[in-house]
Amino acid sequence: MVRQGLTGERLIGLFLLALLLFMPPLIGVFDKPDLVGGIPVLYLYLFIAWAALIALLALIVEQPQSEEDLAQAEPGAMRDQERDRTTGAES
Amino acid sequence: MLTGLTILTVSLLYLLLLFAIAYYGDRRADQGRSIIASPYVYALSIAVYCTAWTYYGSVGRAASAGVGFLPIYLGPTLTFILGWLAIRKIIRISKVNRITSIADFVASRYGKSYYLGGLVTIIAVVGIIPYISLQLKAISTSFTVLLRYPAVATPENLGSTPILQDTALYVALIMAAFAILFGTRHIDASERHEGMVAAIAFESVVKLIAFLVVGVFVTYGIFGGFGDVFSRAAADPAFQKLFTLSAAGGYSDWIAITLLSMAAIVVLPRQFQVLVVENVDERHVKKAIWLFPLYLLLINLFVLPIAFGGLLVFPRDGVDPDFFVLTLPIAEHFEAIAVIVFIGGLSAATGMIIVETIALATMVSNDLVMPVLLRYGRLHLSERADLTGVLRAIRRGAIIFVILLGYVYVRLIGESYALVSIGLMSFVAAAQFAPAILGGILWKGATRLGALAGLSAGFLVWVYTLLLPSFAGAGWLSQSFLQDGPWGLTLLSPYALFGLEGLSPIAHALFWTMVVNVGLYVAISLATTQSMIERSQAVQFVDIFKHTSDGARIWRGRATIGDLRRLMNRFMGEGPTDQALLRFEREKGRRLDDSQAGDAEVVQYAERQLAGTIGAASARIMIASVLREEMHDIDAVMQILDEASQLVVYSRQLEEKSKQLEAATAELRAANERLTELDKMKDDFVSTVSHEFRTPLTSIRSFSEIVHDNPDLGIGQRNEFLNIIVQESERLTRLINDILDLAKMEAGKTAWHMREIAPKRLIETALAAMAGLFAKNPNIRLETDIADDLPTVYVDPDRLTQVLVNLLSNAIKFCNREDGLVTLVARAEVGALRVDVGDNGVGIAKQDSQKIFERFQQAGDTLIDKPQGTGLGLPICRHILERFGGEIWFKSEVGKGSTFSFRIPPVGYAGGIRGSRRAAGADLG
Repeated sequence: MVRQGLTGERLIGLFLLALLLFMPPLIGVFDKPDLVGGIPVLYLYLFIAWAALIALLALIVEQPQSEEDLAQAEPGAMRDQERDRTTGAES
Repeated sequence: MLTGLTILTVSLLYLLLLFAIAYYGDRRADQGRSIIASPYVYALSIAVYCTAWTYYGSVGRAASAGVGFLPIYLGPTLTFILGWLAIRKIIRISKVNRITSIADFVASRYGKSYYLGGLVTIIAVVGIIPYISLQLKAISTSFTVLLRYPAVATPENLGSTPILQDTALYVALIMAAFAILFGTRHIDASERHEGMVAAIAFESVVKLIAFLVVGVFVTYGIFGGFGDVFSRAAADPAFQKLFTLSAAGGYSDWIAITLLSMAAIVVLPRQFQVLVVENVDERHVKKAIWLFPLYLLLINLFVLPIAFGGLLVFPRDGVDPDFFVLTLPIAEHFEAIAVIVFIGGLSAATGMIIVETIALATMVSNDLVMPVLLRYGRLHLSERADLTGVLRAIRRGAIIFVILLGYVYVRLIGESYALVSIGLMSFVAAAQFAPAILGGILWKGATRLGALAGLSAGFLVWVYTLLLPSFAGAGWLSQSFLQDGPWGLTLLSPYALFGLEGLSPIAHALFWTMVVNVGLYVAISLATTQSMIERSQAVQFVDIFKHTSDGARIWRGRATIGDLRRLMNRFMGEGPTDQALLRFEREKGRRLDDSQAGDAEVVQYAERQLAGTIGAASARIMIASVLREEMHDIDAVMQILDEASQLVVYSRQLEEKSKQLEAATAELRAANERLTELDKMKDDFVSTVSHEFRTPLTSIRSFSEIVHDNPDLGIGQRNEFLNIIVQESERLTRLINDILDLAKMEAGKTAWHMREIAPKRLIETALAAMAGLFAKNPNIRLETDIADDLPTVYVDPDRLTQVLVNLLSNAIKFCNREDGLVTLVARAEVGALRVDVGDNGVGIAKQDSQKIFERFQQAGDTLIDKPQGTGLGLPICRHILERFGGEIWFKSEVGKGSTFSFRIPPVGYAGGIRGSRRAAGADLG
């Protein structure tokens, strides 16, 4: 696979965080019929966690550095091929 | 007042607007000024995921399951977090291979297998039809509900409508018209449907706004904000239960639905269509991966307040929670909002129907009908001149077929099911593609048979655990089938297969389908081997970012470019064919002549273009047909590969051989050089020896002649001459003995009688043997210093004596004539025996020191001085000592004398002794 720079790794990290937040057992902590500010705590938790994940996601992919990472994976991919060829020649 | 006419007019106007937008989008695309080439439009088009099911069904599910509706939207968020890595890979693969549908993707990955393509198509059609019917049902129900305005309709008073008054039928027909107009305008399916995408994006905006409007209206218009809704709901203990996950079916349902929707967002045919096929630019994925989850968040924000609002406003009076969105504004007499909601629902449903139908129709025509017609048809279709018409007809027919099938389903079964259950059923069917796709892009070893086995087994289990029970629900099968299983076998009960109880039907079905699907996929893949084409496709899919070149397949074609052009004409029409070939000429910078033979590059390009129109599997069949079935079968390819690898082996062997030859040549050259040198040495030796022989011979001869010619010589003089003759003869004998001795030694033919001896006695014996010589030269003194602790050495004693005698006689010969002094010192030096023999003679000049140990070399000038030895003594000494593992050298100062020293290692000394012993053994042998 094309080197993704840090962006790819950050996304995988975020995915693991999302799994943690949305899956048991952590979700069980909020699985109570209590209200916080009039809103059920489970609903509040899910929507806040969801919004936070989207914000982080936007933050990660909209970084200027991610442009470079993406540029490496431009359509056409001739560049990838060429890179392969050069590394092949080096080794 | 709302009349049926008003609602119909508004709906028709809305649909007309949709047609207009699609038309405009297509026009702009034709002009090359795309209006959909934007990540925002892309993200909005993906929101076709939110169908009427989301729009109406989410609230319905929330009313009975609390947050149970949410995993359907959290799953896609999870997938999109990885979207950049996974979705982008699928997009790249699809673009390179000009893939037109999910069936095409799976077929292409597993060796362009039309069986797989057909299977995926069948699963998709069977699995998705209920989903389409759900949209139709939503439209007709919402229409009926709205028609009852201002009364709030309940399921009981909805009743059933006769077919001709059923809005669902008309909506279905309008949708079919839309799909035919904007879905089959281009026959090349991979040349995206820009107008359709534009319309879908617009619909996504409409449904979001409509839902937000009703959400705000319910939350802030009817109630006093989020806190108010929930607080009032909390007062009722029956509603309080909805605040926790237990209402949502517990963790198992939560996890199952999350996983389902994670897969569905990519593998649902319509999602694949908008996400992959309609993607304009890979870079749009970047923005879409957070915009689309944001869209999902927004559209779900008001689901819970509306659900609780509905529950509070209509306490237990049988109003269908699925239509709270619509009935709440009706109950509050806000007809404008009710109409907006209806339009929003209409857009959600129509968007789904349009995309899904086009996607399914493409699959049906490319992966099901065409391969069958081309391969088995008696129509001789593959020989007909123009197939674009046939292709278009097939695709249009497929669209109508799919939509009508959806309608039939809703008429027959749909009534008995809630929206969400139908949708999730389709999700489970579509999820069957996930292992084959995910495995296909990550695991090169997955085989066609594995995918076939996994998919068919998963599908059969789906039919058994979800589809048949839905028939039972509709009264086609007896209810006892659900409870007790077929023939009363409870173990086979479709909702508790093999006694697996405690799961909801969806979680239960997901578990069993995935067990057999993934299990067989992996197991059969591991047990079977891939064909060549599977292998090359697998590598191309998995390593798409490494090799974007075309998976060079080997065609042994005899088709001309004209043949290919005609083939393309038949499926794509003349205009697009010419354009495609012109593009090829431009890109590759070469001219295509119709009479030219089609090389691999052109053939592959043609195949890819065709694949865009009729799917990869069909394209392969067609290309093979013009190439007169000359595509290498796998055995032939294998043979070529074998031959090639054999050649590689041969050339490697050759290389090795030539290297060995080179080495041998070098050795030979070295040997030759050495031989030449030896030859020269031999010549030198012969000339030196003859010279050495001549000197004594000359004097013997001349003195013999004198004695012979002068019989009257005095007796004294005669004796003197004879004496000289005897001495010279002795010298000759000695010379010959020495030469023989040395030659023997050098040839390694001397017999060595090695043994361990104490050197002191040997030295004393040698000195005793020399006593006579010293007695003859009274003015030469001998001084000896022999230590008592001399080490034992392993030598041939006679030879060592010879060395000592040689050195001593040399010392006598060369020491001072008047006051000669010969010294012999023997001592132990670092364990070795060291002997020095010195004299006080003229010494050896520097220039002679190098050659003193060579044969026939004597110190001094042999031409002037009378030779004082054979000139072989020192070379013999050196030979002997080297044989003992020792060494000899000398120190000299001109005018003061010289000292010859030698050293012999003690017994047991590794280097010298062992070597000697081995050599000695060889000599004796």
